[in-house]
Amino acid sequence: MSTLEKTPSAGPGSAPRRGPDLAKVTGDLLRSRELAVLVVLLLLVVVATVKSDGFLSGDSWRDLLLTPSILLLLAAGQMLVIITRNVDLSVGSTLGITAYAAGDLMSSGSSPWVAALGAVALGALLGAVNGVIIAFGRVPALVITLGTMLAFRGILLHWAGSDRVNAGEMDPGFLDLGTAQVLTIPVLTIISLVVVVAVGYYLRTSRGGRELYAIGSDPDAAALFGLPIRRRVLGAFIASGALAGLAGVFWATRYGGVSSNAGEGIELQAVAAAVIGGVAIFGGSGSVWGAAIGAFLLVTIDRVLPILGVPDFYQQAVVGALIIGAIVLDRVLASRAERRLAVEREVAP
Amino acid sequence: MVLELADVRKSFGAVQALRSGSLRVEAGSIHALIGENGAGKSTLVKIVAGVHRRDGGTFRFRGDDVDFGSTADSKGSGIAVIYQEPTLFPDLSVTENVFMGRMPLGAGRRVDRAAMHTEVEGLFQRLGVHIDPRRPARGLSIADQQIIEIAKAISLDAALLVMDEPTAALSGVEVDRLFAVARSLRDEGRALVFISHRFDEVFDLCDTVTVMRDGAYIGTHQIAETTVPALVAEMVGREVADLFPKTEAAIGDVVLSVEGLTSAGVFRDVSFDVRAGEIVALAGLVGAGRSEIARAVFGIDRYDRGTVRLDGANVRPGRPTVAIRAGMAFVPEDRRQQGLVVDSSVAHNVAGVIRTRLSRLGLISTAAENKAVRPWASRLEVKTNALDMPATTMSGGNQQKVVIAKWLATEPRLLIIDEPTRGIDVGTKSEVHRLLSELAGQGLAVLMISSELPEVLGMADRVLVVCEGRITAELDRSEATPETVMAAATGTTPDRIHLEHDTEMVQEVTA
Repeated sequence: MSTLEKTPSAGPGSAPRRGPDLAKVTGDLLRSRELAVLVVLLLLVVVATVKSDGFLSGDSWRDLLLTPSILLLLAAGQMLVIITRNVDLSVGSTLGITAYAAGDLMSSGSSPWVAALGAVALGALLGAVNGVIIAFGRVPALVITLGTMLAFRGILLHWAGSDRVNAGEMDPGFLDLGTAQVLTIPVLTIISLVVVVAVGYYLRTSRGGRELYAIGSDPDAAALFGLPIRRRVLGAFIASGALAGLAGVFWATRYGGVSSNAGEGIELQAVAAAVIGGVAIFGGSGSVWGAAIGAFLLVTIDRVLPILGVPDFYQQAVVGALIIGAIVLDRVLASRAERRLAVEREVAP
Repeated sequence: MVLELADVRKSFGAVQALRSGSLRVEAGSIHALIGENGAGKSTLVKIVAGVHRRDGGTFRFRGDDVDFGSTADSKGSGIAVIYQEPTLFPDLSVTENVFMGRMPLGAGRRVDRAAMHTEVEGLFQRLGVHIDPRRPARGLSIADQQIIEIAKAISLDAALLVMDEPTAALSGVEVDRLFAVARSLRDEGRALVFISHRFDEVFDLCDTVTVMRDGAYIGTHQIAETTVPALVAEMVGREVADLFPKTEAAIGDVVLSVEGLTSAGVFRDVSFDVRAGEIVALAGLVGAGRSEIARAVFGIDRYDRGTVRLDGANVRPGRPTVAIRAGMAFVPEDRRQQGLVVDSSVAHNVAGVIRTRLSRLGLISTAAENKAVRPWASRLEVKTNALDMPATTMSGGNQQKVVIAKWLATEPRLLIIDEPTRGIDVGTKSEVHRLLSELAGQGLAVLMISSELPEVLGMADRVLVVCEGRITAELDRSEATPETVMAAATGTTPDRIHLEHDTEMVQEVTA
């Protein structure tokens, strides 16, 4: 460095950076997203309780906790896929097939355990189909899972026809599980929450989990880092499929009957739950807690809006507005943060 | 011998990026790799890193023949690479970025965050910087991002460390620290490859130097036994003066007038004019804000304050369509991504911007397209057999001509062109230059952004030097020399730059 000396102000240089408080602010922002959705959810519950006395007691309380259990599983799986900058639209059809398979296994005499495990395995297999095509064929997940959504549904229609598995054909113990409670909390919801916690733990503490975020954050950089992108993406789709399979089992036990249209349209609710909960649709950020709270919120809105006297046909519009609002909020916050960082970089030296 | 490359070849489609690359690096030494833009240095580095696979030639690492299929392979063998542009994950923490792909595991196969933070803090201490390891990488300055890349490479404990222009975004103090670390790594017996455009750094730091030109190996010298003029002669291999023929043109009225243009954190108080028949160059270091100014003038990016006038009339900010209608044309830096629909035919590409004018009842016929396009294509001597050939099959030089043709079809008053000859082989470079010169001669105002100092000095009637978002010098053709431009680009005064080696250090500013 004998000759050309760039001015020391070329960058923040060696001056102490303002990193720490920035990181804190950003972290707070990220955390606050889950918090904000949680507050909205609690507000809804409070308002509904005020309006309708029985809202937090008896069957109503049980339904409030029980109904989200299926969407919780799907949102957790969907979230795993979305953080890798992909999406899985086939989970509704996977749920339908696996629910029917579980019922069919039981009606032909298998034990509930075999039926449940079979359904989860089938879900994982269907997820692997998606994952292999997307990870190794390098084709957009949106298109492929749209295709498999229709294909899986078609297979189910061919298999089930107009037939449906009825409650009478299933194991009575299995059906009891659908309404079983521990300390007034439904067992299905407990299982779902355990799954959510497990996913959250994996994402936070394992190499694989951090790499899923990295892949979605910048796929090109992930390739330069030598991350096993294909294996991770495949893994995310298999997990999403397996969770959809478990959701299929839940569906069978909860509703006591499965027809060929089980789970139609629920894939979009799973995506919506993740997005409302702060999972970035372009990957790389978001938490499974957010997706889970988003799932609770979506299901609860469905129940609370009628209590508030909102006509049926506006309910979907309200959900839509919520999604759009969440994304606009993200965008506004992100661009404001970017601006602030740019200005601070200029001021820093 | 840690690294041995001999006669390595690599092509991308029709473009031969590397004809015959050779490089021999010994343990315990720092080896400089120099050459002009497009000489094949980065391709060579990417082969070493496992990003690309070579088409042919010898590649030995620590005595073994190797052929890396992925970056994980090369990393696993003990090669760390710092790329020209930092590649970080914006959503993850600084620490995670350093350890991504090889995070240490603690009890229960959990990622050991505490250990990672401790090690990163130690690395940052060694590098003498203060970055919070827990903050996300998003929003870090380029210099800080580069520091993280360096920390990552050091923590890999590699036998070979390749640095592709690591100093481009660093300040003097940071460069000194980096060099101290590089020397200590060398003294530990590691091999380092250092790519730079700055001769002072090469002579200050390195033991050996290898020169590349036009995708081929030219020579290797001990630093003590060579001089800057000798290296420049090898790098250029031709006279700079002959390369860039800007013919005299009648300078007319002011076409573009920019006043007080400011965008927070990007550039400040930028004011300049461009006249008809004039080529004005925006020079400066990469990241100084040159491209950002051009993008703001053309309306791609918004700005906070200031005015842009074309032929005296205000141009509304933030609207490229308005800028096009007012008479601006913009040829971007990365023509494959931003300037050209590579899979479409030449005719489609050229007709793209004049679609509305060509359409009848909202429909465009191929005949109309070809009719409109033919005169431009022949005028630019685009060598395509048929106008319906896809643009992707053409060479870089011809692609650039197609992009220029596309914009000329709009009959612009002002042409903004960002890095007109990047990635174009030397032979066709001068054709692009001749074309620009001709266009200026016909009364077009040209605003050119270039990182290649010879190009700036050869082509521009006036040079505006940008440093850290401000115009620090406006130099006439007669005043513009490598020294004056370099001084303004680095924010020093010319007499502080004692170009001790030679005045022809023309390559420095390409950093």
